[in-house]
Amino acid sequence: MRIKDTYIGIVATTVASLLTGLKTTVVEFFRPKVTEQYPENRATLHIPERHRARLYMPLDEEGRNRCIACRLCENACPNGTISITTSTITDEATGKSRKVLAEYSYDLGSCTFCQLCVNACPKDAIRFNNDFENAVFDRSKLVLKLNR
Amino acid sequence: MDFSIITTAIDNLLRSHLPEQAAILTECVLVALCLVLAYVVLAIVMIFMERKVCAAFQCRLGPMRVGYWGLLQVFADVFKMLIKEIISIKRSDRILYALAPYIVVMSSVLTFSCLPFARGLQALDFNIGVFFIMATSSFGVLGILLAGWSSNNKFSMIGAMRSGGQMISYELSVGLCMLTMVVLGGTMQISEIVEQQLDGWFIFKGHIPACIAFFIYLIAGNAETNRAPFDLPEAESELTAGFHTEYSGMHFGFFYVAEFMNLFIVAGIASTLFLGGWAPLHIPRLEGFNTVMDYIPGIVWMLGKTFFVIWLLMWIRWTFPRLRIDQVLVLEWKYLVPIGLVNLLIMTICVVAEWTF
Repeated sequence: MRIKDTYIGIVATTVASLLTGLKTTVVEFFRPKVTEQYPENRATLHIPERHRARLYMPLDEEGRNRCIACRLCENACPNGTISITTSTITDEATGKSRKVLAEYSYDLGSCTFCQLCVNACPKDAIRFNNDFENAVFDRSKLVLKLNR
Repeated sequence: MDFSIITTAIDNLLRSHLPEQAAILTECVLVALCLVLAYVVLAIVMIFMERKVCAAFQCRLGPMRVGYWGLLQVFADVFKMLIKEIISIKRSDRILYALAPYIVVMSSVLTFSCLPFARGLQALDFNIGVFFIMATSSFGVLGILLAGWSSNNKFSMIGAMRSGGQMISYELSVGLCMLTMVVLGGTMQISEIVEQQLDGWFIFKGHIPACIAFFIYLIAGNAETNRAPFDLPEAESELTAGFHTEYSGMHFGFFYVAEFMNLFIVAGIASTLFLGGWAPLHIPRLEGFNTVMDYIPGIVWMLGKTFFVIWLLMWIRWTFPRLRIDQVLVLEWKYLVPIGLVNLLIMTICVVAEWTF
């Protein structure tokens, strides 16, 4: 019979394992706490970069976007959050006409933040940002126009 | 600081203005008022402490919104509890159902009144004090059994039966640990036990057997208060809330407060018997240190030690998972009771051979 299986051995191993548990929790007790107190900590708030809060279109300095109005994002969206209206313009140099984006409408209220639209975009024209404070009093205010 | 000066002065004042029996009656009412007030205030402090300590052990902050640092949270909880309806259950035993929470509270108030908070600041003090504590603290289980029985609910019944099996078993260990300290002190009177610890707490005087008794007492005390890891009487995940499933409003509040105050009482008795009650920390041959310690009032010592022991018990509570009922009984009958008995024997030998400090 090993010492571990005797009565005193059982008591000793039990006490040792219980003390291990107690040590783990007391370390936790004195550790800095992880709780975020949201409205107060706005200045120091850290949101992970990959957090998907709202769709936006990266614009350059002159307010131009990279959208080519291909509608891949509109088709990729599972619940019709994105609707694109296009207009046709004629290129003066070549005389050919082509479609350009007139309005990129995005309904935040029905978006599930699945990122299928961003993945579908061939030009990296839409992205998600960290701007998560989106509460409004009227549903109509959730329908956003993303292009300028 | 001797509180008996104040109490004697009040006694003389009352006796000079009232006939003797009326004076005694007034004193009883005054003492009861003070006790219930202290009971409620301490319960509120304890509930707040539980929430904060529990949060700290889980790396959280706990209540922070109601009042500064969440200080008014407990008052909000109590107010909610007070305005809730007390529901009467169909086919329940009306009288016992209403009586049960009062039995539980009565048991804990009676035990609470035995705690010495400072020299002379003790409601009940007579020559079999430790015995009285054992007796009063053990009839709380009656209230729990009645609550389970009268609720007409199988969860309550199972919880109450578990509670009965558990509390009656662990009373034995608690009693053995108390007896170990009574052997060391040679008296059952609580004030005298504390007086004897003025030159050294019993946990130092009784060295090894006292330390073993202290640890067994902590384990058994946790079981006595029905707290995790011994919370099978109310095991939320299996019995909804155990014996108090059917209780609502202030009747539930009584069980809740009594549970917390039982924790305080267990810690208070531990600090009285092992850590010297209101006796300050004295180290022999260190006169300067001893005088500084004497300047701290006894009530601060008592409450400080008690809250330290409460913290130890909360540490245990938020560390270990719940035991199964067979494990609970194996732990008591195969380990704590034999070790406690041997420990009592060791302590007796130590006292007889004068191997104590």
